[in-house]
Amino acid sequence: MSQKPLLQVKGLCVEFSTRRGNVQVLNHLDLHLDPGEALGIVGESGCGKSMTALSIMQLIPVPPGNISAGQILLNDTDLLQLSEKHMQDIRGNDISMIFQEPMTSLNPVFTVGTQVSENIRRHQSATRAQAREKTIQILEAVGIPVPELRIHQYPHELSGGMRQRVMIAMALCCQPQVLIADEPTTALDVTIQAQIFDLLRQIQTEMGTAVILITHDMSVIAEFADRVVVMYAGSKVEEGMVRDIIDTPRHPYTRGLISCVPFLKKDPGTEREELNEIPGVVPDMSQLGVGCSFAPRCNYVMEKCYLEKPPEVRLGDNHHAHCWYVEEAK
Amino acid sequence: MSAQPLLKVDNLKTHFTLSKPHPFATPQVVYAVDGINFEIERGKTFGLVGESGCGKSTTALSVLRLVEPTSGSVVLKDTDVCQLNRKELQRFRGNMQIVFQDPYSSMNPRATAGEIIRSPLKILKIGTAQEQHDRVGELLKLVGLRPEQRNLFPHQFSGGQRQRICVARALAPNPDFIVCDEPVSALDVAIQSQILNLLVRLQKELNLTYLFISHDMAVVQHICDDIAVMYLGKIVEKADRRSLFMDVKHPYTQALLSAVPTIDVELQQKATHLEGDVPSPIDPPSGCYFHPRCPRAEARCVKEEPLLREILPNHWAACHLI
Repeated sequence: MSQKPLLQVKGLCVEFSTRRGNVQVLNHLDLHLDPGEALGIVGESGCGKSMTALSIMQLIPVPPGNISAGQILLNDTDLLQLSEKHMQDIRGNDISMIFQEPMTSLNPVFTVGTQVSENIRRHQSATRAQAREKTIQILEAVGIPVPELRIHQYPHELSGGMRQRVMIAMALCCQPQVLIADEPTTALDVTIQAQIFDLLRQIQTEMGTAVILITHDMSVIAEFADRVVVMYAGSKVEEGMVRDIIDTPRHPYTRGLISCVPFLKKDPGTEREELNEIPGVVPDMSQLGVGCSFAPRCNYVMEKCYLEKPPEVRLGDNHHAHCWYVEEAK
Repeated sequence: MSAQPLLKVDNLKTHFTLSKPHPFATPQVVYAVDGINFEIERGKTFGLVGESGCGKSTTALSVLRLVEPTSGSVVLKDTDVCQLNRKELQRFRGNMQIVFQDPYSSMNPRATAGEIIRSPLKILKIGTAQEQHDRVGELLKLVGLRPEQRNLFPHQFSGGQRQRICVARALAPNPDFIVCDEPVSALDVAIQSQILNLLVRLQKELNLTYLFISHDMAVVQHICDDIAVMYLGKIVEKADRRSLFMDVKHPYTQALLSAVPTIDVELQQKATHLEGDVPSPIDPPSGCYFHPRCPRAEARCVKEEPLLREILPNHWAACHLI
């Protein structure tokens, strides 16, 4: 790696205390994000991908949540050591986040303009008029037609796609270095989804913002991200450049994840092929054993998998998998 | 089409009148489904695909008369569903069943899996209590669950298992025709394939006919034999799956396909994305409904509404420019 990563997550552990005891939702997670890069995090629901985002933003409710170990370094500053007051200066300014459901993340009783300019006024010394000016500019930049009128409208007056654009405008108005998009298009139609991704890509290339995209959809990753981290039950199972992961996935879970989803093809053929299945369901996070958490669903499982945590296996410059089977095959 | 189709939908219209904002207002009408035609052969899967608000779910509900259609006919085997009275309809429902999108909300949380699957048999008075009991066990096995699980409640199952229970309930009265309304959209990716494979297997074993509603082009491409693309209550293109994907005719279908994310590098490159949102079905645009978003629209498209024409054998499209 030539350049220094912008954001580094090292050995992050997050626990939640529940009535059934402590549940470890993130288990020694390591991540890094380079400047201007688009990193995808993919996995099934409950695998900890949203928890990763919330931990970076420090939006985990404490208690019941608790970041028990690890470091989150943004340009060498450990965010976990900062006071809440200091963190507020970083949130929305250096790191911003776009949430899944724009209707529930926007405040229904304030106009769109108020909500976007609030962020500008919080982080930059701008007068009301300057903030308004900047809000109009940023709304225009994210493709909202006639922003002078739109700033007086309430969220319910906008369509789903427009609401998500407002969310993106809010996230971008302080030109953050990192933008975290947590399933930004799951609530939207495909044609609108494509528009939102075009916009995110434009932001990434033109403004040089590094983007972390969290999704369950491998095809979205394939279209948008440069590098991808595959997560399962709170741990990273494989990491690599998107094309490497899609063309030569090595971890049995990644393979399963790619082959179990029908992908759009140019020629669908006349015969219907059967889809691959990953047997079983996502494990109960409070009942994880010591070994590989994917072992009970894995086709290549060995005795070792239940006894010991799988090692990180280097498969190329940027390609790692955490698996005993891959280790043996190598 | 040589054989007699199992289901024939002819000029089906479902309009909803909105409540008036004040007593003297002219009532506003939503043309949710506005004159659609299609046929499904026995043992085949017909897919309806489109964005939200295009009327695909309303079509599904109208075909089963869970929503009362405004006009048109739906003929299943030799019976016109639209002409049945309430009693006849209830008896006839055994022939046509539905699997809903969200298995969490389409089951009674206070009934056990066994009671849920048995309920259509009770309502339709099929068999004795013992026969019904045996049938439930048989159905549970058929959808890949164990007969002992009949005593568990919905919350004790995972999302995929719940959808299996919904499929078992739909199969209980031994129907010929099942409507699947986004059956996998609410499920996790790894579970989707389990349910899709289950549906395909059951279709082969029981010679079922599906009307499959989805917004996901990749799923539709995978599972359907014939596909219709809907936009604002109308079918804009209809063809068998090979012909539709290899030789796309309508600009809307083209746009929809290019918007779908895919891992295929070749397909990724030539993406042209639509601008704007889907217009409101209360006040649809003039002429061709798609013209405000269509990259190829001409003067004629604004004025004249295109009709669905057969462009290639068995490949229909509604567009002036083809």
